[in-house]
Amino acid sequence: MTEPLLDVQDLQVSFATEDGLVRAVDGVSFTLDRGEVVAIVGESGSGKSVTVMTLMGLTRSPNARFAGSARLRGGDLVTASEEELERVRGQEIAMIFQDPISSLSPVMRIGNQIAEQIRAHEKVSKADALDRAADLMERVGIPRARERLRAYPHEFSGGMRQRVMIAMALSLSPSVLIADEPTTALDVTIQAQILKEISQLSRESNSGVIFVTHDLGVVADVADRVLVMYSGRLVEQGTLDEIFYDPQHPYTWGLMGSVTRVDRDPPRRLPAIPGAPPSLLRAPEGCHFRPRCPHAFDRCREVPPLESRLPDAPDHLDRCWLATEDKRVKREVGGRIGLATGDVIK
Amino acid sequence: MSDDSQSQGEHRARADGVQAGSTADGQAPLLQAEHVQLYFPIKYGVLIDRTVGFVHAVDDVSLSLPEGQTLGIVGESGCGKSTLARCMVRLLEPTDGTLRFRGRDITHLGRGPLQPFRREVQLVFQDPSSSLNPRKRVGQIVGAPLQLQGVGRDAARTRVRELLDRVGLNPEHVNRFPHEFSGGQRQRIGVARALAVNPKLIVLDEPVSALDVSVQAQVINLLDDLQDDLGLSYVFIAHDLSVVRHVSDQIAVMYLGKVMELSPAAELYRKPIHPYTIALLSAIPIPDPKENRTRERQVITGEPPNPINPPSGCRFHTRCSWATKICSEVEPPLAEYPGGHLAACHHPRNVSSAEIAAATRSPLSPLSAGDLLPAGVDEAPGSGTESEVAARTAGNSGGPDDGP
Repeated sequence: MTEPLLDVQDLQVSFATEDGLVRAVDGVSFTLDRGEVVAIVGESGSGKSVTVMTLMGLTRSPNARFAGSARLRGGDLVTASEEELERVRGQEIAMIFQDPISSLSPVMRIGNQIAEQIRAHEKVSKADALDRAADLMERVGIPRARERLRAYPHEFSGGMRQRVMIAMALSLSPSVLIADEPTTALDVTIQAQILKEISQLSRESNSGVIFVTHDLGVVADVADRVLVMYSGRLVEQGTLDEIFYDPQHPYTWGLMGSVTRVDRDPPRRLPAIPGAPPSLLRAPEGCHFRPRCPHAFDRCREVPPLESRLPDAPDHLDRCWLATEDKRVKREVGGRIGLATGDVIK
Repeated sequence: MSDDSQSQGEHRARADGVQAGSTADGQAPLLQAEHVQLYFPIKYGVLIDRTVGFVHAVDDVSLSLPEGQTLGIVGESGCGKSTLARCMVRLLEPTDGTLRFRGRDITHLGRGPLQPFRREVQLVFQDPSSSLNPRKRVGQIVGAPLQLQGVGRDAARTRVRELLDRVGLNPEHVNRFPHEFSGGQRQRIGVARALAVNPKLIVLDEPVSALDVSVQAQVINLLDDLQDDLGLSYVFIAHDLSVVRHVSDQIAVMYLGKVMELSPAAELYRKPIHPYTIALLSAIPIPDPKENRTRERQVITGEPPNPINPPSGCRFHTRCSWATKICSEVEPPLAEYPGGHLAACHHPRNVSSAEIAAATRSPLSPLSAGDLLPAGVDEAPGSGTESEVAARTAGNSGGPDDGP
């Protein structure tokens, strides 16, 4: 077996606050190969953004505590020094953020912002760097790129700004590209364009992509493998088809059940997951999803579920105490996958 | 710009003759917009502001909402849907056209005369964290409309608890601050505040766009229950077609200030007629990998053109793969197809030639539109190969950076 591009093992991130320790990421392990798109899904507060920001070294602060490892090409991103990180960021691992307007400097010309990153890592003249910036902008589908090098971010639309972010992230051909909800702020028509571009560009450069999103439609569109996070823990992971057609964790069923589909007649009522995610300060004992899970039993309260894998699908992991046969019965709600609840609203 | 001022004069002259969408039984719809238009002036100058142009935010929109129903309005950002919503609750005054509430003209009413209308129409905003005052307690926020309407303190206090319970929040939490609630709960607070004065109509401006999918479902179910129990009417604004489907009776698809298609909700998904609607539908990824792979998708290129200087003829022609010469010359009227399905397109999709022949010009059509109804079914995309569309897009829109 070849070594994966990125190997995250038992990553733990917690923050000390006045109210106690917030366990934002609690034992997350996964791998990423070249040319592969891994999607991380979960509700807000599930720890998906903290996970990827930790890989970029962006969660470091005096009150943050880390454990575990994230190995990328021999180095460990968790324990790397600031100098090492500076070299790695941009060149080995790059990130596209959700909100492009707050990620770009409003007082700097677009061309200079892209060129700055190139010049920070390579010895090239400013003119050459700008030239490369224009090429990159063309590659991500910005028309009249050369003229627009001198434009400011406010002169661009949301979709164009996000393209600039992608151009910046790709400027040094990183081997790992992290996209943190890159299309959430965009219109569906623009989202479709951007998604197409991200998967095309990553395939061309043969880099691995970690795609953070809460939209299962987007996941079905771009991902090869899926990680489902809930309350800081990885509750399920598997290939795209495994997660969509044979989901093992009740939380995944709930996510599947609550999405709307434009190609089907809608159910009379949308099946929602009752309640809200727990506070990470006072996470429930045992399984974190237990308070919202209609299928929970005594064992779920007593012991946090261990990772189990299906006999016929060794890469399909989940953390749930229910027996496999049981799950296949319980997830069927009205002919589709969902979380059987009495439609609790409170 | 000169022909705009011309058409405005013409506008008034012709508007009297049109009674948009009055119901068959003679009862006036709850809310009715007739050729509503809102242009924002663009001012420029050092000492004296000169008006150098207009943003055509809402351009001759006619819609009506019968009591107890939901009208969904969908479109990309910048299509004028939020401006239209703000007109409907009279936070903005239309520059032309007429707004009627229960048959009464409210277009140009002032602050005082609007007071009774304000009690009947409420607005729920998109972002629950910026539409709730962070320094006020939930009780004060939800009670504010009651106070404005002169309800006594004790009565207001009881009512606030009742409202919180109604929207699925714990009434014990009246003394909490908005930051102590999750996003979904905050949106419930926004709904409770809108319900406080017993409105008949609630305009929901992207009420679930900022929420997680699982929480979206909760809020939509809540809105559904409230409508059934209290007989509310909704105007539901959304930026894509997936969520509105669950709540709407009628859906209007807007593009650059105009209505492109207006149809009963289920019909729109079964049989989208306007190429823009088809593009919007196919842009939404389906959460089903196998179907997603086999699905034929029409990704429209480019971005919406600048609303300061919208394209001539059909506003969508610069991005449409079916567009022909006529689309850039004549603005299509809203043609009425069977089942009350309206679409403004010279090259309608998913309709038979018999249906096209039977189509009539709807009285909801913009006044500037021609009388030309679609001629027949065309089998292949018109002159618009993908590269041509791209060229048109680049030439015409130039993107939003082409400001004055």
